[in-house]
Amino acid sequence: MRKFWIVFSHTYLSRVKTKGYIISSAIFLLIICGVFYIPDIIERFTGESEEPVVAVIDETENQQLYEALSSGAEDYQPMLFDGNEDEAKQAVENEEYEGLLVLNQSEQNLPQAVFYGMQLTNSTSDDMEAQLQQIKVAQAASQAGVDEAAMQDIYAPVSFERQSLDEEAKTEEELAGSYGLVYILVFALYISVITYGMMIATDITNEKSSRVMEILISSSSPVSQMFAKILAIGMMGLTQLALIAVAVYVMVQIRGQELSGGFFDFIGIANASPVTLTFALIFFILGYFLYAIICAGLGSVVSRMEDVQQLVSPIIFLVMGAFFLAMYGLNAPDSTIIVVASYIPFFTPMIMFLRIGMLGVPSWEIALSIAILIATILLISWISAKVYRGGVLMYGKGGSFNQLKEALKLSGNIKNKSK
Amino acid sequence: MVLVLQLKDVTKRFGKHTAVDQLTLTIPEGEMFGFLGANGAGKTTTFRMILNLLENTEGEIFWHGKKITYAQSNEIGYLPEERGLYPKLTVKDQLVYLAKLRGMAKADSVKALKSWLERFNITEYENKKVEELSKGNQQKIQFISAVLHNPRLLILDEPFSGLDPVNVEMLKKAVIELKQSGTSIIFSSHRMEHVEELCRFLCIMKHGKPVVEGDLTEIKRSFRKKNITISADYDLSFLSETAGVVKYHQTQQGCKLQIASSEDAPVVWKLLTEKGFVTKFEVEEPTLNDIFIEKAGESYA
Repeated sequence: MRKFWIVFSHTYLSRVKTKGYIISSAIFLLIICGVFYIPDIIERFTGESEEPVVAVIDETENQQLYEALSSGAEDYQPMLFDGNEDEAKQAVENEEYEGLLVLNQSEQNLPQAVFYGMQLTNSTSDDMEAQLQQIKVAQAASQAGVDEAAMQDIYAPVSFERQSLDEEAKTEEELAGSYGLVYILVFALYISVITYGMMIATDITNEKSSRVMEILISSSSPVSQMFAKILAIGMMGLTQLALIAVAVYVMVQIRGQELSGGFFDFIGIANASPVTLTFALIFFILGYFLYAIICAGLGSVVSRMEDVQQLVSPIIFLVMGAFFLAMYGLNAPDSTIIVVASYIPFFTPMIMFLRIGMLGVPSWEIALSIAILIATILLISWISAKVYRGGVLMYGKGGSFNQLKEALKLSGNIKNKSK
Repeated sequence: MVLVLQLKDVTKRFGKHTAVDQLTLTIPEGEMFGFLGANGAGKTTTFRMILNLLENTEGEIFWHGKKITYAQSNEIGYLPEERGLYPKLTVKDQLVYLAKLRGMAKADSVKALKSWLERFNITEYENKKVEELSKGNQQKIQFISAVLHNPRLLILDEPFSGLDPVNVEMLKKAVIELKQSGTSIIFSSHRMEHVEELCRFLCIMKHGKPVVEGDLTEIKRSFRKKNITISADYDLSFLSETAGVVKYHQTQQGCKLQIASSEDAPVVWKLLTEKGFVTKFEVEEPTLNDIFIEKAGESYA
């Protein structure tokens, strides 16, 4: 057991001390601090830029459409153009105007318009279209003899409130809050599993390709080394996560008051429930172990760096599959496919967490999925340990799955002592 | 004589292939034991079984009379034939980590590694990364990693390969001193002159079985074939046809013969004196090289 901690602390410290780790942590922290200042930054940019000016040629009587348009114009500035259409188009090409809007009256005496712009990907034209639509509705209504008060009644939104009878279901505010949180945590899990899984596999292959492995395993048992490594790199990941969590907490304390609403409501940091966060941590740890243990077993059978990628790629695809399923599940958390996937151990960490975050899930369902996940982890640990014991002694070429079989065969030849 | 390590009828099979077959060996304390054999004769497999990396299919391995386990790993030092160190770690960090894994306290290992670096004249590399060192110096570091924790049994697999003669002497001296201080050493090498110089006991493996085993002087004495070196200024090639001559090898000064037994020496001598004067005629004990070639396979040199 002493040697287990020696390998653990060596792996952890040598990883945490690397430049890559320090730099990536620093970048994460910078991004987090930056995110909290996004509203300020956006304000600074938009405050200085001017509203786009649109040239308008109004062919209606008394230029009534132009009057209506300019009285309600937001985010752009309509300006009557003095001249004919060709001159106006020329002016747009010379970038004197954002675009040209030609307004006239249709046969039914309703407004119609043509917009000329340099590019059609122009949000200004959408704003104008929406505004014209309102004008058109108002005109058509008054022509039909509907008065102003009736119009307002028609357009007032219906009173509709959602109340769930399931006590565990999330309230509307909670749901809005957890959407962003679930999204971010699923994404974090996805990135962590891929990076740390790869890290473990390459770390082990590295020791094999530099041939230091033979010395290591002659000093202490390979299986205890494998788990020491997995735990150390997991700890390293948690260190980084803890750093990020502290940064977020500190920033919320500093800027929380000024940032209520908008983007931060979406992320749901302000009202994240401690239960959701606890499950996030549980599923993060279990998900990490599941994939890390597989990667350790795979990393042990290859002896060259180039082969690691090849052997680990099916695992990466599995994680990606889970991730895309989770993205789909964000919008349909109670669909059958999501419910079924939440019990498949390779998907449980992301999908079950998503369900917990988005819906009220009965606790027996959560317990069952976690039990299946833990049982799978134990089974895979047992297989991986077997592969590892044989794999570390193999110096074949290639990274095919035959190597796994070979490793298992060789492992049968190896002493079964754990300490 | 105290026996450090005993192998009793140890057999190792990989599927149908038998790598080590009924091997029985005893390694005496404070002695150097030569473990020889052609490539693929089962040497590395035997080492791996002693080191607990592989489970023997049959037989038993004893450490001071008790079955060997991982618990003994702190008392064993291993220099594998395939050298391996962490290329990115510094010499110091590396050696301290490996010594810790062999149960040595950090302070002790730092003290010991400083004295070893001094001894090999490489103190300036203490904080250099291993990948920055020359191959010879890497090898010295590898050697230090095997002996730093004062093992009672040291397994050296080709310790001198790739070193210049000065460094070979330096390492050889260190090995001899370790032996004198009571370390038992298993020494594997293809350089027969090193084995002859260093080992009192040896064993030659062929296809997983020992073909020669015991005290080096006894082995040489019991080997019937002898060598004769002859220098003469006339053609000696007629000797290759003589009965009793097993091998004939022409040299600049004359020739070297291998004869079937010492009784054949007078016959050769008689033939020569009939021909004329010889400047040199010397009957020698066989070299280990001769014995190895004879026992472990003809094609091997």
